Amino acid sequence: MTTSIELEKSPIACSEECLIRPGNTNCGGCGMSVGLNLLSRALAKAGQRCELVIPACCGIVTAGGYPTTGYSVPVLASTFAASPAFASGVAAVRDLNNEPQQVICWAGDGGTYDIGMATLSAAAERNENFIYICYDNEIYGNTGGQRSSATPVGAKTTTTPSGKIESKKDIMAIMAAHRIPYAATLSAAHPEDFLRKLDTGLHMNGFRFFLIHSPCPTGWKSEPAESIELVRLAVSSGLFPVYEVFDGWRYRINIKPTGADPVEYYRRQNRFPIDAMDLDAIRKHASASNERLARLAAVFPVAN
Amino acid sequence: MTLELVTGNHAAGYALSVAGEANRGARGAACGIYPITPQTEIVEFVAKYPFSKGRVIAVESEHSAMGVSIGASMAGARAFTASSSNGLAYMTENIMVAGFYRLPIVLAAVNRTLGPPWNIWADQGDTLYLRDFPWIQLYCETNQEVLDSTLLAFRLAEDRRILLPVMVVMDAFILSHTQMETELPEQELVDRYLPPLSLPHELNLNRPTTVGGLTWPRETMSQRIEVDEAMERVPAVYEEHRASFKQIFGRDPGAAVSTFETEDAESVLVTSGTIASTALEVVRGRRAAGEKIGMVKMKMFRPFPGDRLLDACPHVRKFGVLDRDYAAGLGGVWWHDLRATLQGPRDGAMVQNYLTGVCGGDVTPAMINEVIDDLLARRSAGKPVWKGIDK
Ligand SMILES: Cc1ncc(C[n+]2csc(CCOP(=O)(O)OP(=O)(O)O)c2C)c(N)n1
Ligand code: SF4
Repeated sequence: MTTSIELEKSPIACSEECLIRPGNTNCGGCGMSVGLNLLSRALAKAGQRCELVIPACCGIVTAGGYPTTGYSVPVLASTFAASPAFASGVAAVRDLNNEPQQVICWAGDGGTYDIGMATLSAAAERNENFIYICYDNEIYGNTGGQRSSATPVGAKTTTTPSGKIESKKDIMAIMAAHRIPYAATLSAAHPEDFLRKLDTGLHMNGFRFFLIHSPCPTGWKSEPAESIELVRLAVSSGLFPVYEVFDGWRYRINIKPTGADPVEYYRRQNRFPIDAMDLDAIRKHASASNERLARLAAVFPVAN
Repeated sequence: MTLELVTGNHAAGYALSVAGEANRGARGAACGIYPITPQTEIVEFVAKYPFSKGRVIAVESEHSAMGVSIGASMAGARAFTASSSNGLAYMTENIMVAGFYRLPIVLAAVNRTLGPPWNIWADQGDTLYLRDFPWIQLYCETNQEVLDSTLLAFRLAEDRRILLPVMVVMDAFILSHTQMETELPEQELVDRYLPPLSLPHELNLNRPTTVGGLTWPRETMSQRIEVDEAMERVPAVYEEHRASFKQIFGRDPGAAVSTFETEDAESVLVTSGTIASTALEVVRGRRAAGEKIGMVKMKMFRPFPGDRLLDACPHVRKFGVLDRDYAAGLGGVWWHDLRATLQGPRDGAMVQNYLTGVCGGDVTPAMINEVIDDLLARRSAGKPVWKGIDK
C-alpha cells in the first residue's frame, strides 16, 4: 500500500521575490505579507538564506495545505509555546556544522507575549544564535480574535467583549532586560528603517529580537487597504515607538512621533469602542512612554 | 570493555553520550536537558560529557528540552534527552511532535509516580500513559540492559524502515540509583554499532518543505498509516539490531519478550521492569516444586508484541499480569493490552490483574507467592487485585 505523497522537489533559493509565494492564505491587508516580503528583501540584500521556525499562529497557516506550501524556504512548525526551543536546536546544529544560513522564528504575539514567554525568555537569556521576529497583530488571529497580553487597552476582542481593561505588555522592555545584543521595533509604514534594522540584525550574532506592528484587518475590523496607513498613524501619534536597543542598554529612537492625535488611529478601527474609551489617559500614557524612551536614548545613546 | 559498578542513571547517561559522540563524523549531537528526580544524574552526565561535536542546552523546562532535541534532530543531529514523572507529563506535547515528525530521538525515562501527592518512587504510570503516541517503548530490568537498550534504541530509531523515537525505561531508584556491575563499551565499539545518522527528511535549504503545516484528513490519515506500518516492522527489525549488537558487543541486549518455562506452562506471570527479577526467583522455586507455572518478561511495550507472547505460551490458560501502574477507572495498563491481545486468538484464557508495587511499594517474594497461589486457585478472573495494602 502506498501512502506517501511524493513531494515536488524544487530547488528555489530564498530571494527577494519568493520568501512567500502566491497562493499563501494571508487575508488581504495582512501585515505578515508585508513583513515577510521586507524580510525577503533584507535577506536578498545581505546575500543570506534562512530556515523558519513557526509556532501555531496565522503564520503557519500562511503555508496553505499540504503538500503545497506558500513558503519558499524550509519551515519547521513548532508547538505554540516552543518555537525558541525548536530554533535553539536547529541553530545549535547549524553552528556545529559552520553553516551560514539564518534561523528565524516567525511568531505571533500569542506565541511571544503569552504562552511562549518562558521559552522566549530562556532562549534570550542563553543568547541563542538566532533571530526572533514577532509580528504583533495584538490579537489571537488564528483562533478567531481573542485577547492576548499584546492587545491594547480598550480593544474589543471575542474574550474582551466590552473592551480590554489592561494595558499592553511592554515586550521590548522585557527583551531589553535580557541584555540581548539587539532588539528593534519595525513599522511597515517606514520600510527603509525596517530594512536597515533587519540588515543590522542579519549582520550580528546572538539573540536578536524584532517586533513588527502588524495590521490585521480581520481582527482590527479595519479596511484592508488602510493597513499601512494605520501603522503609520500609530507611529506618528506615538502609540508605536520605533526604536532600537543594543545590548539591552543603548537606545536609539529611529522615527520620532509627529505629535499627531491618536484619535484618528482609533477611529479607523471598529475594534475600538471609541466613545467608551478614556482617550486622554491614552494620550498621556503614550506621551509619557515616548518621553521615557527619549530620555533613555539621550542618557544611553548608541555610539556611532 | 570495562566492567564497572554504576547506577542505572550512569548507564543511561553513558550510553546517550557515547551514542551522541559516535555521530561526530556527521552532523554531531545536540539536545535539551532539564532535571527531575530520579533522572537528574542522567542529564548531569550528558552535560559534563566532552563531546567533540555536540551541544547540550540546559533549558528552562521539559517542554523545551524536547523542543530543542526536536530542532536538533530535524537539523540532522543525533538527539536525545531524559525525564521522569511530571517532567514527562510537562514534556508531553513535544513528545507527541517528536513521534509524528518521525524523529529518531532517544528518551531515557525513569519511572516515577505521577504527582500529586509528591512521591518519587517507582511506578510505570508516567511512561505507560504515553502509550498512544508514535514511540517505541522498551522496559529494562538491569543497568546493563539500560545501557544496551539505549544503544540499540538509536540503531532501531534511525533505521529507515522505522524512523520512530524510542523511550528506554527503568524503575526509579531500584535501577536509577542502585549500582550494578555493568560493562561500559569503548567508543570505538559504539562507533562500529552506530553508523553516522542520515535523516531522510532533514531540513534542507534546497528542499523548501513546510514540516508540520496544515494537512487534510486523508493525508493526515496516510501519515498515521505510515506510523502503523513502521510499528508493525519494529519487532523484526529489533531482532536484526539485537543480533548485530550481540556480534559487536558480545552480549544479548534482550528479547522483546523473554520467557521462562512457558512451553508447557498452564499458568504464567506476565511481568516487566525490575519486578521480573523477583518474580523469576519465585517462579523458579515453584517450578522446582512441580507446579506448571512459567513467566514472561515484557521488554517491549510499544509496539505491543502480542504475537510473540502468544507464540511463547502455547498452552497457557491462565495469565497473571503484574502491573506497577494504575489507569484510573480501568486497572493495569499491561493487563488491559494483554486482554485485548488474547481476545480472539485465545478466547477462554483467564487473565487476572495484580496491582503490585503501585506508587513505589516493594514487591517481595512473599507477595509474588500470594499472587501465584491466587492465580492457581482461581476458576475465573475478577477485578484487578490491589496487593501490598489491607483494603
Ligand atoms: C498548546 C496550544 N494551545 C492552543 C492552541 C490554539 N491556538 C493556535 S494559534 C492560537 C493563537 C495564536 O495567536 P498569535 O500568536 O497572536 O498569532 P496569530 O494567530 O494572531 O497570527 C491559539 C490559541 C494551540 N495550537 N496550542
Ligand atoms: S487574521 Fe489577521 S494576522 Fe491572520 S492572516 Fe488574517 S489579517 Fe493576517
